[in-house]
Amino acid sequence: MPSFLFYLFAAITLGFGLNVILARNPVTSALSLAVSFVGLAALFISLDAYFIGIIQILVYTGAVMVLFLFIIMLLDIQKEEAKRANTAAVIGGVVLAVVLTLQVAAVLGVFKEGAVTTEQRALSMEVASKREDVAQVKTIQKDLAAGTLPDAKLMGMTLFEQYGFHLQAIGLLLLVGTVGVVVLSKRESPGKPVV
Amino acid sequence: MQSLLASFDLPLLIASLIKIVFLVFLVILPMVAYSVYAERRVSAIIQDRVGPNRTGIPLTLLGFKKDIQIFGIGGLLQPMADGLKFILKEDFTPRSVNTFYYWLAPCLTMVPALMTAAVMPFGSELDLSWAGLGAPFKMVIADLNVGPLYMFAISSLGVYGIVLAGWASNSKYPFLGGVRASAQMISYEISLGLSIIPAIMIFGELNLGKMSAYQDANGWLLLPFWGEGLSLSRLVLLVPIVISFVVFSISLFAETNRTPFDLPECETELVAGYHTEYSSMKFALFFLGEYAAMIIGSGLAVTLFFGGWSIPFGPWLSEWTGLQFHYEAGNTPFYTGLLHIGTFFAKIVGCIIFFVWVRWTLPRFRFDQLMKLGWLVFFEVALLNVFLTALLLWLVPLK
Amino acid sequence: MITLNHYLFVSGALFALGLAGVVVRRNIIIIFMCLEMMLSAANLALVGFSRFRVTDGLPDYAAHSLVFFTITVAAAEVAVGLAVIVALYRTRQSVEVDTITRMQG
Repeated sequence: MPSFLFYLFAAITLGFGLNVILARNPVTSALSLAVSFVGLAALFISLDAYFIGIIQILVYTGAVMVLFLFIIMLLDIQKEEAKRANTAAVIGGVVLAVVLTLQVAAVLGVFKEGAVTTEQRALSMEVASKREDVAQVKTIQKDLAAGTLPDAKLMGMTLFEQYGFHLQAIGLLLLVGTVGVVVLSKRESPGKPVV
Repeated sequence: MQSLLASFDLPLLIASLIKIVFLVFLVILPMVAYSVYAERRVSAIIQDRVGPNRTGIPLTLLGFKKDIQIFGIGGLLQPMADGLKFILKEDFTPRSVNTFYYWLAPCLTMVPALMTAAVMPFGSELDLSWAGLGAPFKMVIADLNVGPLYMFAISSLGVYGIVLAGWASNSKYPFLGGVRASAQMISYEISLGLSIIPAIMIFGELNLGKMSAYQDANGWLLLPFWGEGLSLSRLVLLVPIVISFVVFSISLFAETNRTPFDLPECETELVAGYHTEYSSMKFALFFLGEYAAMIIGSGLAVTLFFGGWSIPFGPWLSEWTGLQFHYEAGNTPFYTGLLHIGTFFAKIVGCIIFFVWVRWTLPRFRFDQLMKLGWLVFFEVALLNVFLTALLLWLVPLK
Repeated sequence: MITLNHYLFVSGALFALGLAGVVVRRNIIIIFMCLEMMLSAANLALVGFSRFRVTDGLPDYAAHSLVFFTITVAAAEVAVGLAVIVALYRTRQSVEVDTITRMQG
């Protein structure tokens, strides 16, 4: 990937991420986060993680952020007034963020193993097509031999062969979550206290 | 600057740009305009009327006796007149709206619909060696290995436009319309996504181009009568495929907010739904965005179930006539490449006519019926269909 | 050229932004959004490490699986969390965290 695209998408991710915090209007925050996630998805794709990138857009931008937007609109949450900002919290937050960023930068400065480019760690479909685990699945091997990265298929292979149990646990979690949401959002009869 | 330029793959960039211009500006946008015209003419036929049949080249303005009708078909210039009307109308912005989002919303409905076109394989290959260009060009803008997922992901962004239009208008009816539309779109996305899984299981592919190529060689999913399609397995698999096609196409109606599921703009209840407060070109963008989504949706349906760009009975026809009508990687003649592009768009036109036909035939659902249908019927049917396909694939495996 | 450290820095900065948001903002919905941002930052680091840990020509798909699980869990979390916020709003008519002090001793 041309490096300027990396800077572009990193700027989109971080810039709109910053706007989430700065915006007074919650709708602006939610939309900024959606755009930020699109930028993040582009970064994922630049790391050859097509499936994850697309899932990021599908789940986060397409569903989660819409949910946020819905709640904000339905509860009709208004803009916050500027004067009510808590000065101590603002200063604390900014200092925390700056210190953390500086710390990350300092650690990365001495992290020599991180100074590798994608070219130095190039993916090789030719080598990959000779892997043992890949040889069992014909369609993946065919794609690799043709020189393309069958990202979604490899992802599926990993998920179902190594993390089958985890996948089911996640499925159960989603089910429990769904039931939980229904229970929580059911209106209680007027007599009972809700919280 | 030099290294920046060097980091681009310039031929690829130029080829992509040409494809984008061709697909979006020369095909999809005119198609959108003309599907509005088709809608009016077909509805007129269904209702035993004439429809718009007068707009031609307006020579009467210059003092001639008659307007010229192109090809003798009345009203072929109607979309141009419509467009002109939209541009010339007053662009009114109500006072109480949130201006920024009010302006953003129409763009957000149109752009995602057009962006999904990027992974749509609208033809096999175009062999331009006669023009001195070496390798044949793939007729798809981005040959992604996660094609259908990309389409779902990007088209799910379309919901933002509708939600924002409803909210920014700051008025009751648009808000209700926006909430309805987005609830509907999110619910039906689930059955839409689940319904194509049986097809993907049969292809064993997530690349739309390869899906088309498979169907070109082995028979369309819904018409498996050549190549390997004549096997027992494919015939048995027709059962889940028909189910998934029915679920898919009906969900597509809901997803694109078309009748019988056009609840978001249900006139009797909600005036015009989320675009009540919009006028002029901004309204037109919503209107056209809906048609663009419809075309892209038809494109997905065609690619998954009707063989994409493949010519029906291609291998047979090739044997029969001596000309090559089927796709062969890297060895497809120029005329076949063109024919494939034509076939693809012909199929889409067929789908659009179907959309229009349904719209003017069926009455509108009630909103609770729509939600019930989506969550209690289609969701389960699509899910069970996945298991059915898996079972059948296990019992009678494909070659 | 773009190295792993570039990605890790973006990830760290995004996490810091999320953290700052959680501390600074008092609207519970925006705090929740910032939590999502921090989760995504972690995802970026994971995907980055996975891409640069090439074994036999392929990235490490175990990390991708972990990201997949994170995204799924986050989706479930958001659904439940927003339901809680709605329930909270019904009783309190407010989404400011400062107003929710009933449990304070």
